[in-house]
Amino acid sequence: MAINKLTVSMSPHDYGKNSVKKIMYGVVLAMVPALLVSVYFFGLDAIRVNLIAIASCLFFEWFFQKFFLKGNTTIADGSAIVTGMLLAFNVPSNLPWWIIVIGSLVAIGIAKMSFGGLGNNPFNPALVGRVFLLISFPVQMTTWPKVSVLNFTMTDAETGATPLALLKEGLNNGKSMTEIIDSIPTSYVDMFMGQMGGSLGEISALALIIGGLYMLFRKIITWHIPVAILGTVAIFTGILWGIDPTKYATPLFHIFTGGMLLGAIFMATDMVTSPMTHKGMIIYGIGIGVITVLIRVWGAYPEGMSFAILIMNAVVPLINNWTKPKRFGEIIKN
Amino acid sequence: MLKTFPKGGVHPNENKFSTGKPIERIDLPKQVYIPVAQHIGAPAEPIVVKGDMVKTGQLIAKSSGFVSANIHSSVSGKVVKIDKVSDSTGYKQTCIIIDVEGDEWIETIDRSETINDKIDNLTGEQIRNKIAESGIVGSGGATFPTHVKLSIPLGKTCEYLIINAVECEPYLTSDHQLMLEKAEEILIGCKLAQKVVGAKKILIGIENNKPDAISNMKTMAQKYKDIEVHALKVKYPQGAEKQLIKALTNREVPSGKLPIEVNCVVQNIGTTFAIYEAIQKNKPLFERVVSVTGKSISRPTNIMARIGTPINMLIEAVGGLPQDTGKIINGGPMMGKALNTVEVPVTKGTSGIVIIPEKYSTRPKSYNCIRCARCISVCPMGLEPYLLKNMSIVKMYEEMHKERALDCMECGSCSYTCPASIPLLDYIRLGKANINKILRSQKS
Amino acid sequence: MAIILNTLISLSLLGVVLAIILYFVAQKFKVYEDPRIDEVEEFTPGANCGGCGYPGCRGFAEACVKAETLDGIFCPAGGNEVMQNIAKVLGMTAAEKEPQIAVVRCNGSHEKREKTNIYDGPKSCAIESSLYTGDTACSYGCLGQGDCVEVCLFDAIYIDEESGLPLVDEEKCTACGACVKICPRSIIELRDKGKKNRRVYVSCMNKDKGAEARKICSVACIGCGKCIKACPFEAITLNNFIAYIDYEKCKLCRKCAQECPTGAILEINFPPRKEKEAIKEQETTEVDK
Repeated sequence: MAINKLTVSMSPHDYGKNSVKKIMYGVVLAMVPALLVSVYFFGLDAIRVNLIAIASCLFFEWFFQKFFLKGNTTIADGSAIVTGMLLAFNVPSNLPWWIIVIGSLVAIGIAKMSFGGLGNNPFNPALVGRVFLLISFPVQMTTWPKVSVLNFTMTDAETGATPLALLKEGLNNGKSMTEIIDSIPTSYVDMFMGQMGGSLGEISALALIIGGLYMLFRKIITWHIPVAILGTVAIFTGILWGIDPTKYATPLFHIFTGGMLLGAIFMATDMVTSPMTHKGMIIYGIGIGVITVLIRVWGAYPEGMSFAILIMNAVVPLINNWTKPKRFGEIIKN
Repeated sequence: MLKTFPKGGVHPNENKFSTGKPIERIDLPKQVYIPVAQHIGAPAEPIVVKGDMVKTGQLIAKSSGFVSANIHSSVSGKVVKIDKVSDSTGYKQTCIIIDVEGDEWIETIDRSETINDKIDNLTGEQIRNKIAESGIVGSGGATFPTHVKLSIPLGKTCEYLIINAVECEPYLTSDHQLMLEKAEEILIGCKLAQKVVGAKKILIGIENNKPDAISNMKTMAQKYKDIEVHALKVKYPQGAEKQLIKALTNREVPSGKLPIEVNCVVQNIGTTFAIYEAIQKNKPLFERVVSVTGKSISRPTNIMARIGTPINMLIEAVGGLPQDTGKIINGGPMMGKALNTVEVPVTKGTSGIVIIPEKYSTRPKSYNCIRCARCISVCPMGLEPYLLKNMSIVKMYEEMHKERALDCMECGSCSYTCPASIPLLDYIRLGKANINKILRSQKS
Repeated sequence: MAIILNTLISLSLLGVVLAIILYFVAQKFKVYEDPRIDEVEEFTPGANCGGCGYPGCRGFAEACVKAETLDGIFCPAGGNEVMQNIAKVLGMTAAEKEPQIAVVRCNGSHEKREKTNIYDGPKSCAIESSLYTGDTACSYGCLGQGDCVEVCLFDAIYIDEESGLPLVDEEKCTACGACVKICPRSIIELRDKGKKNRRVYVSCMNKDKGAEARKICSVACIGCGKCIKACPFEAITLNNFIAYIDYEKCKLCRKCAQECPTGAILEINFPPRKEKEAIKEQETTEVDK
């Protein structure tokens, strides 16, 4: 009767349509709006940075997998592309190519592959790469080109500072808040649309939110982490602003500037380095929000998102241990 | 809002190809293989010997303990051998092999079509004994002896008798079809079971993808005041005992305890039909409805098959095994067992035969865990499958036990949903087996 | 200058205070340990294989020191040499033990035992055997997923790609017994290494009746009992259709292997037979075909 040899395996015999590839390429797709905005404001430089970052991440992924991990190469699963794009989103558009390559090496080689590849890294690879660059090349990493709409010439554009840097500098010089806000050339609408100085992908709140909504729709992320981070930041800075509006910026300013949305939507939600349960995700999000505000308001750096996420990444195993899901039929001891 | 259980669950493709196909009977096989262990518990002891002539419905193996069940001949003919034969796992098992000669039923069986709804002449105790005599076991697939399940431990009372008509497994339609054709009988069976356990109310849970069965059962149930038919939201694994109780009564069976702890008893709908036949028609359990289905099958249908019929006969009856068959599953695709041969017999727990083409028969390649936590969010028992799997790999069985690995009911939602296609359940099963081994050695 | 001085003074003070605290704590919580435990541990192989039945080499050393005699205590990985050294340290005597080796009692390679289905699951014998009989029809034979390879701390066992069966490296195997314990089919046995490393054993665990066993594997022991008659030393017993050669009684005469109709009895490390016998052997294999 049967000609074929039958396959025998344990149940279940049916499989869902999820796959690592689908998730990773879903994230890539969600980053496209922000990428388009960056091209719109920074010109071809944005594409250059992205291509270099993606290509070098793919190369290092292949290289380490082939020569150090000795497994099947996994570059096709898309995770290196995500890391590359996130790294590119986190640097200024005029960054020299060799710095980007170093960043990719740190991101993939040190932060990801040395722990055993995809899924085993405790820290977000792109952020490790970015922070490494920020500390090693502070000048290049904080020289932001001024935005110029649809400027496709590759000439050295004028440079300027981010609103957050202007804020920090102003406060350090003892200026009052109204003076600082007046000196910042960007309005809230500009910030929302993306017309401000900053890293490649972090400028446009609108594009990031569209990407976030897409990922929510595709069920790649849940709402818990972004909402917890943004909510915490809004409440925390709101309290500070309420206490002294002349010394502290508005919550809206904090949310729209810097890497806040990019971090909350794309970086902190990285599955590998975020907690497993919803309860844990909220704790994690609150932690990131509080640390970010602490660094922004009282720290030496104008921006604290990447540090906050990395610090909370380190706490994730503990959070996972504290926040077990509620077991079905658990007998609660009185 | 339809009722369902709150935590976890997945939505596999339903693929119910054999929906609405009337229950057919097929020709009797030439030979039947009746295993003596078709239930959970001690195997039955054969009471016939080689050369004996048996009739359909005759007791051929006697229950050998409290948790055990009688086995009856499903055909009439001559016992040719009592031998060890490979079962669906390939391991040897004692079988009674009978050569079929005619189809002569024992005289006590009422073979008329009339429905007998008189249930007042027997006491609960008598009904239960009769159920035990008739060798009825849970027909959902777990095959726990029904008379044991209907025995209420001292000091406990049963408030709800819950009838599991969820059929949440994809592909399978045997319960669905039974509800369409035998609704009246099923309800009488429910009343009989209610009499045994003394339940105040009978709740019948049916998933909402079977609207015709729901309406049919609702109309039939109108004459009984204490039977409620509930439509449930479609979600796997709603047919799991604890999940069904949660969905219908919002009670949570404590970890490691039985449903009677929350005053419930759960019975499968197929079992209640068997109870009806045993009590009202004097017919022991020797045949059952089996869905024979699959994407590549030319004529998926539901077959009333005698216990012991080789599975290949059922497949022949639906148009033969397609050339591209890659996997044959005994049961549903989520919890059923893959077969390595079609020579195995239908048993009391066979609810379906699902044939999977080669293209879909192998598992997707597995990747590293990306810690997406989908397994946690779909686990209906609130466990952490990724953690249990890792513990099982590194043999941390005691820690695994502390993480309640034994609560896992092996529904397979975690493996189903894993985007990295990690065989989570395989490792969890291994861990559970080892935990049980450790627990047994601690006891003794 | 003042800063340096202050730093030096405060840090040294801190150091002294902490050192004093540490000293008292160490005194208070000191645990007495028999110094011989360390000495014994020196001699152990340090592989922590657990073959002795104690938790690691340290546990073994403790057990040795505590024990009154060394009877029944044996380090399989270290062998007699280690035991003699330990005995010297403790002033006891250790009985010499015949060196042993792990032996895989299944010879059903890919070509000799046909696959009847495809196993699709994790590479683990434990999982495969809990699911079903495996991808061949033999429910007693080797599954070839390599749980034994995984568990071996000495790299002494590996799966031969051609046959799909585990092979034991005679040099590296210490007879710790880890593979014996892990094998879900109980195929691996510890046997005496034998003179000149020569061994004769039945390489099959199939308890099916002869005809059935023969059908699923061409080198199965069919329980015919010819070897029993051939054995001059009564070293062979037959239970459940499977012959077993007692290595303590076997004198390595090889008469049984000659008689075996399926070639289930393996002879290891023997010089090739004389020509006459070789012809005879050929004949029997031809008859088999």
